[in-house]
Amino acid sequence: MRRIGPDVRRVLAASLTLSAATGVFALSFGVLAVGAGASVLQACVLSLATFTGASQMSAMSVVAAGGGLGAALGGSLLLAARNGVYGLVLAPRFGGRLPLRLVAAQFVIDETTAMMTAQRDRRLATIAFWSTAIALFTCWNLGTLAGALIGGAIDPHRWGLDVAFTAAFVAMLAPHLATRQGRRAAVLGAAICLALVPFAPVGVPVLAAGAAIFTGLSTPPAEPAS
Amino acid sequence: MTWWLVAWLSLGAYGFKVLGFVVVGGRRLPEPVTRCLLLIPAALLAALVVKDAATTGQQLVLDERMLGLGVAAVAAWRRLPLIAVVVLAAGATAALRAATG
Repeated sequence: MRRIGPDVRRVLAASLTLSAATGVFALSFGVLAVGAGASVLQACVLSLATFTGASQMSAMSVVAAGGGLGAALGGSLLLAARNGVYGLVLAPRFGGRLPLRLVAAQFVIDETTAMMTAQRDRRLATIAFWSTAIALFTCWNLGTLAGALIGGAIDPHRWGLDVAFTAAFVAMLAPHLATRQGRRAAVLGAAICLALVPFAPVGVPVLAAGAAIFTGLSTPPAEPAS
Repeated sequence: MTWWLVAWLSLGAYGFKVLGFVVVGGRRLPEPVTRCLLLIPAALLAALVVKDAATTGQQLVLDERMLGLGVAAVAAWRRLPLIAVVVLAAGATAALRAATG
C-alpha cells in the first residue's frame, strides 16, 4: 500500500477544515429554512438533492418574505447556473467514465472547485475533489438536520436570525467584490433590486438584478500587471 | 412551503451541474459569455443583501436589521469565518431588539 504523503495529508486536512466550517453554516440554513416555513424533511431534502448553499438560502429568503414559487425558483436557479461554469473549468481535469461523471457532477460547487483548482497535479486534484465532496456533503447534511430540528424550538426574530440570511449573503458576496467588474455588478444589482421593490411582486426584484451581469459584456479581461 | 419548490430547485441545480461538467465538458464558451456568467453571484448576492436588510414585503424599511448589516459588513471585511459573521450580526440585532424592546 502506498504511504500517504505530506501533499495528500495537507489536502485532506484542508478539505476537513472547510467541511467542518460549512457544517456550522448548514446549521443556520436548517434553522432559517424551518423559520421560513419549510418542514424538517423539506430542509433535509433540499440539502441532499439541491446541495448548493447560496441557491438554497436564496429560495428560503424569498419564501420567508412571502414570494411565490416562480420568484423563489428564478433567483435560486440563476445562482445555481454558476455551478455550470465551474463544471466547464473542472471537466478537463477530471477523468472517469460517464456514470462516475454523472455522480461527480452533483458535487461541483464553490468549495470543490476552489479545492480542485488549487492543486498542481491531476492526482492531488482528484483527491482534493473527492475528499472535499464527501466530507462537505456529510457535514452539510448533518448540519442542516441539526439546524432544522433546533429551528422549530426557537423564535427567529427574537434571536436576530432573520439577519442571519443577510449576514451569510454579505460573507458570500465579499470575495466577489475583489474585482472592479464584481463591484460594478454588485452595485447595479443592489440598485435594480431596491428600485423595483415597491412595484414588483416579492422575489422578482432579486431576479431582475440578474440583468446586472450584462455589465460583463462591456469589460475587456483585466490586463495582468507587469 | 410547497414540495414543488424542492423538486424544481433540485432538478434545476443538478441540471446546471451536469450541463457544464458533463454535456459541455471541456469545450470553451465565448469569453464574454463566461465573463457575464461569473458575475451572477456578485449581482444576485448584492440584491439579496439589500432585499433582506432594507425591505419587508414591498415596503422599504429601515430598522434594527441595519445594525446587523453593518456588523456583518465589518466582519466580512475583516475576513472572519462565515459562521462568525452570521453569529455577530444576529447577536447585534437581537441585542438591539432586546434593548429597544
